[in-house]
Amino acid sequence: MSQLMTVAKPRRNIELLLLVLALGMGVMANALVNLNLGRTFDNDFYTQAAVLAGLSLAVHVTLRFRAKYADPVILPVTVALNGLGLAVIHRLDIVTGDTAGQRQWLWTGLAVAAAVSVLWLLKDHRVLRRYTYISLALSAFLLILPLVPGISAGDVNGATVWIKLGPFSFQPGEIAKITLAIFFAGYLSSNRDLILLAGKRLGRLQLPRIRDLGPMIVAWIASVGVLVFQHDLGTSILFFGLFMVMIYVATSRISWVFIGLVLMAVGGYAAYSIFPHVTRRIDTWIHALDPQYIGANGGSFQVVEGLFGMANGGLLGTGLGEGSPDSVPLANSDMIIASIGEELGLVGLFAVVCLYALLIGRGFRAALGTRDSFGKLLAVGLSFAFALQCFVIIGGVTRLIPLTGLTTPFLAAGGSSLLANWIIVALLLKISNAARRPAESAAKPDDQSRKEVPAS
Amino acid sequence: MNQAIRNSWIVAIALFVLLFGSISYVQFFDADSLNANPSNNRQLLKTFCSDRGPILVGGHPIAESVATDSDCKYQRKYNDPLLYAGLTGFFSKYAGQYGLESAMRDELAGTTNEALFDRISQAFTGVRPQGQSVALTIDPAIQKMAYDMIPDGVAGSIVVMNPKTGAIVAMVSKPSYDTNLMASHDQASVDAAYAKLVNVPGIDLFGSAAYKQTYAPGSVFKLVDTAAALASGKYNKDSVLPNPAAMKFPGIAYTLPNYLYGQCDTQDKASFTFALENSCNTPFASIALDLGQDAITAQADKFGFNDKSLTFPDAVTASQFPGSSGKLDGPALARSAIGQQDVTATPLQIAMMTAAIANDGKQMKPNLVQTVRTPDLKTVETLKPEVLRQSTTPEIAHQIRDWMVSVVDNGIAGAAAVPGVQVAGKTGTAEVGNTGLNNAWFTGFAPANDPQYVVTIMMPNVDVPTGAALTSPNASKLFKAVLKK
Repeated sequence: MSQLMTVAKPRRNIELLLLVLALGMGVMANALVNLNLGRTFDNDFYTQAAVLAGLSLAVHVTLRFRAKYADPVILPVTVALNGLGLAVIHRLDIVTGDTAGQRQWLWTGLAVAAAVSVLWLLKDHRVLRRYTYISLALSAFLLILPLVPGISAGDVNGATVWIKLGPFSFQPGEIAKITLAIFFAGYLSSNRDLILLAGKRLGRLQLPRIRDLGPMIVAWIASVGVLVFQHDLGTSILFFGLFMVMIYVATSRISWVFIGLVLMAVGGYAAYSIFPHVTRRIDTWIHALDPQYIGANGGSFQVVEGLFGMANGGLLGTGLGEGSPDSVPLANSDMIIASIGEELGLVGLFAVVCLYALLIGRGFRAALGTRDSFGKLLAVGLSFAFALQCFVIIGGVTRLIPLTGLTTPFLAAGGSSLLANWIIVALLLKISNAARRPAESAAKPDDQSRKEVPAS
Repeated sequence: MNQAIRNSWIVAIALFVLLFGSISYVQFFDADSLNANPSNNRQLLKTFCSDRGPILVGGHPIAESVATDSDCKYQRKYNDPLLYAGLTGFFSKYAGQYGLESAMRDELAGTTNEALFDRISQAFTGVRPQGQSVALTIDPAIQKMAYDMIPDGVAGSIVVMNPKTGAIVAMVSKPSYDTNLMASHDQASVDAAYAKLVNVPGIDLFGSAAYKQTYAPGSVFKLVDTAAALASGKYNKDSVLPNPAAMKFPGIAYTLPNYLYGQCDTQDKASFTFALENSCNTPFASIALDLGQDAITAQADKFGFNDKSLTFPDAVTASQFPGSSGKLDGPALARSAIGQQDVTATPLQIAMMTAAIANDGKQMKPNLVQTVRTPDLKTVETLKPEVLRQSTTPEIAHQIRDWMVSVVDNGIAGAAAVPGVQVAGKTGTAEVGNTGLNNAWFTGFAPANDPQYVVTIMMPNVDVPTGAALTSPNASKLFKAVLKK
């Protein structure tokens, strides 16, 4: 396969420079919040700035030792988003009296520690390929957890996706996103020839053998099961998209994606017809601005308040601390995009979306550059999952699609999401390191000449 | 594999392009309509604690923002709230915004489009927008006098307006309430006051009953029949109308009785003069049956009935003819012609109809706002008299005026007379269901030869003697006061 050769340079100093900019963004945002809401610059402010800088530097230094050639843009973008999220959550805490900001700081620390651990302990991303089936078992375990009595947190905002362990609540589905991607990548990179070549032909269509597709069907059932049993449309779309993109990249067969989309459309329509909560969600989306739906219990109040907030912000926004994003329910988690849109305006939200696009672009770039098919699949899967997650939640908040309860990566208050996403970033950094480092003298033969095997 | 990765990247980028589109739509293209959505209280939240402009009557504020020492820096304060509750409405974080506080919110907050340039410079200088002051056309002395005319415990509305400009001189309704209760920054007390007041019969928290509530107009609606009759060409000032004691309908047991309290029963034929002076029912019912429902509806529309879009500047509830019944049968049309059945009107509508007759058939747009000024006293808006519609011809208007003069001089509105001034008037007594109570109306104008003021008085649910005592005599007092006689 064609390798995209870049001159192998570590670029760690560029990363450091960009990190200063990213840190500046988070710290300045926090400073604006304090200024506009009449807070003094107390010790907390300087401590937090120092902690954020320290955490970023820890990752940066780790990269210098363990992944010297890693992409220099990924870390600064992540730090910028995480810092902005912290500032906005802090801003909302001031008005609502909540302490979500403190918890978010704690989780940021834990998440960065987890990322650093992954970078230190994982010598090479290809090691993960050994854990293909363990990952599948782990995914199933994590997805079933919220349904287990005793640790299930029950129905929260219409979805059963939380577990509760003592004072901590956690969304195992966030971690399942990673383990499922590892499983898909491992399984598909090992079995793509079988999937492509074995089995009967039906006219021009090459049908795979059922047993080759077995684990894939299990994964598909998992994503539908999430929808049916946990009422979590967003995660279901996310898993399904992950599944589709990885099978497409593995096989290059667009027809299978179409079959999958048709299946999903049929499943979606069935869900709309059968499950009242799905019906209500769609109706609420279509008639969101109808006062009857705004006032209804479980109606469109949340999304409409978010739209009002964003309209209030307009092009330039009200300025941090100057709007009233707190009148939107879940303003610091599901609806944080609306809070940012209101106070930083269309311009600020465009910047945030550009940061996501940049991050995801670097993930795809790592996928193109890395030499092994497992790494390619894993990087594409994780990056595309990010893209889809951004689309589902930002699209939901702006009423492009029905609102579902996905988290906004790095911005939204919520520990499990932060933890999972920092681990993903660590994996992408590792893969990009493999992609950008000087070519090994002997490329693995099994990764070559796989580009187009004639489907004989 | 790399080609598939590139294709996936294109899909991801396409998703982001969609997001850019939807963000642009919400925050730019659709932002104005979202900001204007009635369910949107962002504007209110944004300005709730800020220094809004005052509402002025006779140079004194009836609504103003006063500084507090809490985080929420200003609180709305209403002076003489009972007198002005129906006009100012209130501005509340917890109960919403109504009346002029809502209708003039952009001016009071200083966020009108005209103030855009100021706002842009404010964005750079950091100065907050300052509210503009809104001065009303209300005469405080007449407003007070009118308010005191309605006894405590009786519901009622009085409207005094200038027929030539549409300016409202006084508009009161009782029972009233203290709007300061709604403006409190303490949610619990606002909620409690709201829950209590919203159940008090006769109180309309969302605007004066004089323009928010509709009532059966009774005999004042006969002015519409009269105008329709003259406009049709089938009748003239000398026409002789049938005046049976009871109107019968073929094949139906129902009969429409004539008015009991005048001299209607003394003759079975009537001129317009006699029919109006004594407010006889059957002559007007026969006109309506003769001309048909559509002709009466057309004339009612010309006087402003069924107009859902009128603002003055708060939205006025539409008065209705024929109301919910749609196509009327004979008895229903006969009853509608004398302002019963499903015909309803706001006191303001009756005042506007009277004003059209007083102003040569030209109906002026009613208005409460005299001037809007910026904090540095620059006038940005001033009352411009505006013709709403031509309700009838000048000739017909003059003819009806002459008959209304004789209603006061020789007929049942005699108590409205003012020495030395010709007063034109018409009373109405509409039965309210089978309660035995009536809506008592007076509407009229003076001086008849050069009309300066229209007075409309409406007392719902009173017995006949009370109604008579509270309408025409009070109209006389108001005319004396406004004409300084």
